[in-house]
Amino acid sequence: MGRYVIRRLLQMIPVFIGATLLIFLMVNVMGDPIAGLCGERQCDPATAAQLRHEFGLDKPVWQQYAIYMGNVFTGDFGTAFNGQEVTELMGTAFPVTIRLTIVAIVFEIIIGITLGVLTGLRRGRPADSGVLLLTLVVISVPTFVTGLIVQLLFGVKWDLISPSVSSAAPLDELIVPGLVLASVSLAYVTRLTRTSIAENTRSDYVRTAVAKGLPRHRVITRHLLRNSLIPVVTFIGTDIGALMGGAIVTERIFNIHGVGFQLYQGILRQNTQTVVGFVTILVIIFLLANLLVDLLYAVLDPRIRYA
Amino acid sequence: MRGATHAKWAAGALAVALTATACGGGGGGSGGSGGSSGVLSSSWGDPQNPLEPSNTNEVQGGKVLDMVFRGLKRYNPKTAKAENMLAQKIDTKDSTNFTITVKNGWTFSNGEKVTAKSFVDAWNYGANLRNNQRNAYFFGQIDGYTAVHPDSGSPTATTLSGLKVTGPQTFTVKLSQKFSTWPDTLGYAAFAPLPTAFFKDHAGWLAKPVGNGPYTIDSYTKGSQMSLRKWDNYPGPDKAQNGGVDLKVYTDNNTAYTDLTAGNLDLVDDVPASQLKNAPADLGSRYINTPAGIIQTLAFPFYDEAWNTPDAQKVRTGLSMAINRKQITETIFQKTRTPATDWTSPVLGTSGGFQAGLCGKACDFDPAAAKKMINDGGGLPGGRIQLSYNADTGSHKDWIDAVCNSINNTLGNDRACVGRPIGTFADFRSQITQQKMPGPFRAGWQMDYPLIQNFLQPLYFTNASSNDGKFTNAEFDKLVNEANAESDQPTAIKKFQQAEGVVRDNMAAIPLWYQNGSAGYSERLSNVKLNPFSVPVYNEIKVN
Repeated sequence: MGRYVIRRLLQMIPVFIGATLLIFLMVNVMGDPIAGLCGERQCDPATAAQLRHEFGLDKPVWQQYAIYMGNVFTGDFGTAFNGQEVTELMGTAFPVTIRLTIVAIVFEIIIGITLGVLTGLRRGRPADSGVLLLTLVVISVPTFVTGLIVQLLFGVKWDLISPSVSSAAPLDELIVPGLVLASVSLAYVTRLTRTSIAENTRSDYVRTAVAKGLPRHRVITRHLLRNSLIPVVTFIGTDIGALMGGAIVTERIFNIHGVGFQLYQGILRQNTQTVVGFVTILVIIFLLANLLVDLLYAVLDPRIRYA
Repeated sequence: MRGATHAKWAAGALAVALTATACGGGGGGSGGSGGSSGVLSSSWGDPQNPLEPSNTNEVQGGKVLDMVFRGLKRYNPKTAKAENMLAQKIDTKDSTNFTITVKNGWTFSNGEKVTAKSFVDAWNYGANLRNNQRNAYFFGQIDGYTAVHPDSGSPTATTLSGLKVTGPQTFTVKLSQKFSTWPDTLGYAAFAPLPTAFFKDHAGWLAKPVGNGPYTIDSYTKGSQMSLRKWDNYPGPDKAQNGGVDLKVYTDNNTAYTDLTAGNLDLVDDVPASQLKNAPADLGSRYINTPAGIIQTLAFPFYDEAWNTPDAQKVRTGLSMAINRKQITETIFQKTRTPATDWTSPVLGTSGGFQAGLCGKACDFDPAAAKKMINDGGGLPGGRIQLSYNADTGSHKDWIDAVCNSINNTLGNDRACVGRPIGTFADFRSQITQQKMPGPFRAGWQMDYPLIQNFLQPLYFTNASSNDGKFTNAEFDKLVNEANAESDQPTAIKKFQQAEGVVRDNMAAIPLWYQNGSAGYSERLSNVKLNPFSVPVYNEIKVN
């Protein structure tokens, strides 16, 4: 197990370097960011040169990347155009988005798996068809449409929630945005769980468990569910990264000042430091989540061992 | 039915969750009592650059500076006229040497006296190349600028030789050339005074700026909120009529508008284009739509031979005549734009140089004449044109497509004009700077100060800072120089209008429309106005 973890961690290094390099090049290809800093006029050449120097944009790209990576390893992610340290931006943005992601994941797990188990055990009955239809609708409607409708209905028409989240973004205000963010994944989790459960209900070990006279809830939770969860856990694990990055839409709609907002602004302003910094952290989170998923396999199914 | 109990439980949890958010949401609105102690909340955008007077060149940062700073002059929120604020008097005999007397009795909110030195130090800081100030060129007219801000290499001086403190409250300014209306530019935020705290603890000052305006900054969380409170000891005549303003950063102005309609926000000073149609119905008389000093034009790449011939001038004029301004402003902009008939803005007023109809026939929609004009000029260069714009902000795509449609219909060729979107504003700007525009491109101009000079010189003077199309005309340059040297204001304005005539005769840029500021506010507020820069006049807002 220990060796497996170390091997996986080592494998992350090239992935990490490759991913950051790609992002770095992509942002660079977009052109000269200094040109946009002086509004609808040209920065005077001396100031532009000075700014370029300050942000290290006057060096060749490979050198910029080398310097950037060198700084990253000392914890220095550079400075955004408004003079704020990128680490400071991360310090305010990541906790908010992590809270939002946790809310979304909790919804996925609770609602998604519950609905999945319920429908999986009642395949073909009206409840099953109803949920299938519902998830189909949720999957086919884009998140921004769901978000805007929820905001309009709950926030403006019925006055149940505030249509925008305050800058502190406490957990309770994030419940509705979290639900919106989770909606599509939630539908997938439901469907995945349903299929997996339906498949396993007819397996030998479930028949054995029932024959042993175990109570029904024990058969379902200990035997059926545990074995059916492997694809679901894989999905939820990879979804953590996707949710954090994909929060761009939800965060804009509900005025959440998280990673999505900072990334969006960074891209609009072509702020290499912000974009690369945030994406770097997202890449790390994604890799760690994947590692966690792989380790969870062994917990769920002891036959899967890591040498 | 075990499953049913599970379902009930899940539904119950959801219900609890929703009630919890409802509780949280209720507190989101802005509370506080009314009267002169009431605090209002207003939408805000994250300033792009650090908040320093000479480093702020966009509306969001400018909004804050307008609340925490007062300069030598201030532009009347109604008439846009430059009026003395901290200036006792500004004297000159030759339009080159100015003696400025600063009023006594003004202090910064930290108690420090505002003296002549507060201005001179601030201006020297702003001009110095080492400080990377984006607005440094505002000090470009002052003698000695090239020494502190050379075009290349490092500065040879740290202070402007044209600035001299001559007494506690007086200083002199020597300009490098005659500029009679220069005192009227001093209302611009870049010319604000700075306290010594700014120089001693720069990082601390940036975290919480200290100024001399009607408001002080109570707290500032970068990227999310700034709380400004009324400064009780403010010595000026324009004291705040409310207790303070909470500026809240919104990720999207649509969300801000939704918050306003839901009663969680008091003031939105930028109604999103998609809501313009609903705004009058949603807000009634609480929807403001007033002219601002902004003009939208189409500029041409004069560095491209094809656009810089006598024939091309006919094509440019023809294109102008092919655009149905009235229809576009009414259908796309819901009358928040007014078709332009000159190259300035109505906020200047006729006494300030605005001249309705200066453009004449060239700005009237006349398909037949337009077609003839373009054909006379040898047709569109290369047979078709691309209109470049940045697609990331505003609703530029909508109107560019409409303009192209108008041109295509006129020419009876639906491939004659196409929009050319560019992903980001920075990339758009950088393609302009590198002179890579393949055809006409969007050029918006928001005035820095309400002077006709500001609508002409930066845009059409040879090698001027915003002359993106590289238009150059000796006659125009000569008239502008003469106008700047003219000490009699009405005569100077006449000269500028003659210069504007040169712009018209050459169709240096196609004027499209004057832009309005649009805002909406809640029932708690009254006396809400937008100034000529389309920024709310915060200090005059009353909270009921």
